[in-house]
Amino acid sequence: MYTILKSKALAPNIYEFTIRAPLVAKNAKAGQFVIVRIHEKGERIPLTIADFDKNEGTITIVFQVVGKTTHELSTLKEGDSLKDFVGPLGNPSEIERLGSVLVVGGGVGIAPIFPIARALKESGNHVIGIIGARSSDLLFWEDKVKEVCDELIVCTDDGSKGVKGFVTQAMEMVFKEKSDIKRCWAIGPLIMMKFATQVAKKYNVPITVSLNPIMVDGTGMCGACRCTVGGKTLFACSHGPEFDGTLVDFDELIKRGERFKEEEKIAWERYKSMKGGA
Amino acid sequence: MAKVRKTKVPMKEQPVEERIRNFNEVPLGYTPEEAMEEASRCLGCKDAPCVKGCPVGINIPNFIKEIKEGNFKKAIEIIKQDNSLPAICGRVCPQEDQCEKECRLNKIGEPVAIGRLERFVADWEAEQGIERPNLPPKKGIKVAVIGSGPAGLTAAGELAKMGYDVTIFEALHDTGGVLRYGIPEFRLPKRIIDREVEYIKMLGVKIEVNAIVGKTITIEQIWNDGFQAMFIGTGAGLPKFMNISGENLNGIYSANEFLTRVNLMKAYLFPEYDTPIKVGKRVAVIGGGNVAMDSVRTAKRLGAEQAMIIYRRTEKEMPARIEEIERAKEEGIIFHFLTNPVRYIGDEKGNVVAVECIRMELGEPDASGRRSPVPIPNSEFTMEVDTVVVAIGTGPNPVLLQAFPELKLNKWGYIEADPETGATSVPGVYAGGDIVTGAATVISAMGAGKRSAKAIDEYLQKKLKGGI
Ligand SMILES: Cc1cc2nc3c(=O)[nH]c(=O)nc-3n(C[C@H](O)[C@H](O)[C@H](O)COP(=O)(O)OP(=O)(O)OC[C@H]3O[C@@H](n4cnc5c(N)ncnc54)[C@H](O)[C@@H]3O)c2cc1C
Ligand SMILES: Cc1cc2nc3c(=O)[nH]c(=O)nc-3n(C[C@H](O)[C@H](O)[C@H](O)COP(=O)(O)OP(=O)(O)OC[C@H]3O[C@@H](n4cnc5c(N)ncnc54)[C@H](O)[C@@H]3O)c2cc1C
Ligand code: SF4
Ligand code: SF4
Ligand code: FES
Repeated sequence: MYTILKSKALAPNIYEFTIRAPLVAKNAKAGQFVIVRIHEKGERIPLTIADFDKNEGTITIVFQVVGKTTHELSTLKEGDSLKDFVGPLGNPSEIERLGSVLVVGGGVGIAPIFPIARALKESGNHVIGIIGARSSDLLFWEDKVKEVCDELIVCTDDGSKGVKGFVTQAMEMVFKEKSDIKRCWAIGPLIMMKFATQVAKKYNVPITVSLNPIMVDGTGMCGACRCTVGGKTLFACSHGPEFDGTLVDFDELIKRGERFKEEEKIAWERYKSMKGGA
Repeated sequence: MAKVRKTKVPMKEQPVEERIRNFNEVPLGYTPEEAMEEASRCLGCKDAPCVKGCPVGINIPNFIKEIKEGNFKKAIEIIKQDNSLPAICGRVCPQEDQCEKECRLNKIGEPVAIGRLERFVADWEAEQGIERPNLPPKKGIKVAVIGSGPAGLTAAGELAKMGYDVTIFEALHDTGGVLRYGIPEFRLPKRIIDREVEYIKMLGVKIEVNAIVGKTITIEQIWNDGFQAMFIGTGAGLPKFMNISGENLNGIYSANEFLTRVNLMKAYLFPEYDTPIKVGKRVAVIGGGNVAMDSVRTAKRLGAEQAMIIYRRTEKEMPARIEEIERAKEEGIIFHFLTNPVRYIGDEKGNVVAVECIRMELGEPDASGRRSPVPIPNSEFTMEVDTVVVAIGTGPNPVLLQAFPELKLNKWGYIEADPETGATSVPGVYAGGDIVTGAATVISAMGAGKRSAKAIDEYLQKKLKGGI
């Protein structure tokens, strides 16, 4: 069993958990993820490793409530435990000393961008960060990300905090101002990663995105997570989750994310009615 | 004595109309009387050709003789000398290609139902409550087993019986490998796997689930933790696709995804269980092996109106077990032989709506002696489908292999291992089962696990005497 040591609501519907999982923490690196199953009847859901502490043997995850399982997860308290917690899965981010780099986190993507920014900073890069959300109340980890960036731009769609606009607009600003950016990382909703890729491409900056298709095992055994990258079918869990954004077929991924829409709705409605009755 | 009956004593089955609506086991097993009657058909041949057909060499005439006399306990003891998972093998061994193929009774009729008898005594034993085995004195020597499929479970059980301190590392959250995530409940009930795993635990084997070797724990960490030898039984779990246009449309699954959702994650009980599965009205399963048969029969049970097999050769070449093909036919599965998909067609939402196929004919025999299928030009046609399961085979899963570059692989990418001992290119590391042979059978994986356990024992004895 994997105990929840700390739990915190970061924003409406966004939660941070710190979980005891010494084996996972021991080998965890930036860019990797875990798969969680709450209980015996639960499904396996992937969540990115947002932070880890090898000494304490803990992993931090940040998740947004979007359906049945993430909602059920959000009802757990400190001291509760998860049935299964496996990882670290996927390949770590390629971290090297490049010079100036840009990291972009949109929405709940702010969390997974943090360990990447930190690793880049530790390797001696000049790290420029952009984090964004729909509005100020959905922003989180600003201080935490600031600490590992040399420069940080905060933006909100409605202008309630920082620069008004999408993270892609902030990216344009940065690229116009600085011509020496060697590489960028963007993590967030698929649609954001799609447009972030278009911006990076326009300015000829290599871009890495982290894909989050529906998964089952997370080890390359089922092919649920397959995506088209550079015209080839690859598995996001074992070949990724990070890929060169310019090669990714985002439209296919967006459609594949809807594979179980009806079933997800059934699960969610059933859960709500059961909770209501309880 | 009365004349020997020419056919097997039939085994009761769930009626077709019922079973296509549930996931309960199809054949129901023999009663003691039926088992004794079937056992009495055995001629007790001195040279026992049947034994040569069994990959682990069970003393078949002897165990059958005990059944005939009603000594079921004796019978199971004889089987267990060579096979630690009889309830599983009795159900899923391809007996028609193994033990029963060699049976002398084939000359006059049907062979002795060796598999059914094996299943009967194994189930009989379980009903009595399995006794706690006598544990040998502990040697205090640690051996790691990677993977809890039949190869790993057998190796671990054998090593534990020799007194080794065995830990199994399993990537998934539950044990059994393909036995649990691949083979459906209606062919191999999960309680039987649970029972066998419980027995292995009673032998003192520790099982760490959620432990992916190469990710959660590295090879180096295993050695550093004081393990003296290692058995790798990680299987052939990488699903193959045909790489044809439209294969990533929604509604197209690999057999591994389809079966894992249903079996391991119990999607057939959705929404009580959280993992969903979506099965439409017209389901096409591509392939002709056991995996394809399991997928198509699963689709039928999940409500498909038309569940079909698309196979590029003819029925004769199908690698699936004959018994399972027969059951599939009874259940109303439609077979399209000499047919191969060439592309999938989707709607604007990305859902598959049709498959375009081409007709095939059998050409010259290939290297394996099988006549290879060749497409007939201009014979394309389309069929409406809303769900497709691709069951055209698997390859070696790369996770462990990438983490262990010192291991020598063969030209197909599987681990190169001595067929007798499972010894790999790395001293102290043994491998067996599908990760060495490619997709094969439960009994061959078990046989490999058993041979490696013996070789590991010899290796460790030598090592500890200072010989290595
Ligand atoms: C590598 C990876 C890393 C991820 N990291 C995070 C993270 O750090 N924080 C976070 O909030 N979310 C993350 N996700 C997404 C998260 O897994 C889904 O939000 C979650 O599975 C939804 O489950 P649900 O039952 O609550 O919602 P559902 O109602 O089941 O689904 C809502 C949406 O989530 C997606 N989804 C459903 N099931 C899965 C599944 N098994 N795997 C992946 N996506 C699924 C579907 O596209 C669906 O439209 C990640 C996904 C992947 C693949
Ligand atoms: C649907 C289906 C039906 C079948 N039907 C039959 C049948 O009727 N009769 C028959 O004889 N055979 C059948 N087979 C074949 C048979 O199941 C396999 O040959 C057999 O299970 C192989 O055993 P194994 O122990 O080598 O590997 P597997 O059973 O594949 O087990 C390997 C285990 O290793 C784990 N693993 C992999 N990588 C790692 C890692 N890095 N770290 C830790 N653990 C890891 C996996 O999760 C898995 O649990 C069928 C196969 C399938 C898929
Ligand atoms: S283990 Fe399989 S091959 Fe051997 S006797 Fe039993 S059923 Fe036959
Ligand atoms: S060959 Fe057939 S009849 Fe002869 S001993 Fe074996 S099972 Fe019995
Ligand atoms: S999640 Fe199963 S192969 Fe990627």
